[in-house]
Amino acid sequence: MMRALLPLIRRDIGAAWSGGGLWLPVIFLILVASLYPFAVGPDARLLGQTGGGMLWIAALLAALLPIERLIAPDAQAGMFDQLLVRGISDETIALAKMLAHWLSFGPPLMIATLPAAALLKLDGSTLIRLELGLAIGTPALAALGVLTAALTAGLRSAGALSGLLALPLAVPLLIFGAGALHEGSGAALKFLAAISLLLVALTPIAAGAAMRAGRE
Amino acid sequence: MRISGPNGIGKSSLIRQICGLIPCNEGTIILDTAPALADERAALDPDKSLRAALLFWADIDGAPPARLDAAMERMALSPLADLPVRMLSTGQRKRAALARVIASPAKLWLLDEPGNGLDGASLASLGAAMDTHAASGGAIIAASHFDLPHAFSETLDLSEYAP
Repeated sequence: MMRALLPLIRRDIGAAWSGGGLWLPVIFLILVASLYPFAVGPDARLLGQTGGGMLWIAALLAALLPIERLIAPDAQAGMFDQLLVRGISDETIALAKMLAHWLSFGPPLMIATLPAAALLKLDGSTLIRLELGLAIGTPALAALGVLTAALTAGLRSAGALSGLLALPLAVPLLIFGAGALHEGSGAALKFLAAISLLLVALTPIAAGAAMRAGRE
Repeated sequence: MRISGPNGIGKSSLIRQICGLIPCNEGTIILDTAPALADERAALDPDKSLRAALLFWADIDGAPPARLDAAMERMALSPLADLPVRMLSTGQRKRAALARVIASPAKLWLLDEPGNGLDGASLASLGAAMDTHAASGGAIIAASHFDLPHAFSETLDLSEYAP
């Protein structure tokens, strides 16, 4: 099982690099951050108060961007069949997909948050809480992405459908993630961590089951 | 063993059942070895070079790169090693999938229509590869609707079991 995990993760990250998938969430986040002041006006106080929440929404949507590329192309190419024949389970594949997806969008997104926060005039302590929240929350976003990708693989117009599927499930992340932006909100951060743990633990099993059901 | 029969009789489904990719409605298939499968899908990354795409699988199979190079040489793929997979023709992709099977250390080869899309010379080298594998104690189950250039010890004609 483990012998396939590393090559799979390496392959997926390589594909994200070469396919431009790495830059897409980063550019998306910075674009949203630069458009937001045009929409609400250049009031630094207002931007500072609402910008953190806006960045959470942007991060959530950015995580959904590459969903269509996650599972469906590999399933169609027969990649999974070849892995399964080698005794590598659906769950292991889903775990590798989840780790690789997080590695290729989580850290870049957290780095992109730095210039985005400057554009929105977030103060230092809010930025630290935002980055902390993203560090805890992005693995859950990656898990959610893989889960919906596995559920919608093989369907037509899977892109639109996966957005509709993933967004309601992401609401708790958004509530506690944005809730953790205020001072003295350690409880929200703990709730965020709990949801994140749950999603990360459940996704390999649930996505593996979805992939198995999709094949039969 | 060769599985023969007309289109749609269930040759590919039987191969996939042996792999455990689809469940059996009745009966059980017991397989005590990890097979190597070549079906109609090459399962190679379209943007990687042919050698890099095949190396990914050799890495997972635990096959040394030299073995892969020999298999590519055998299927006349060495001149194409640096081409991206998306540039290859159907027959070349098929040869690449067969080269992966030849390079793998698996004892059992499961080949689904291995002759499809191959020209005469490639078919002959596939036959030679199958002879070598069988001679070294390996087993082959090949589904094909036409004769392959290999002396199969058994032939299972699925049309006898048509519903």
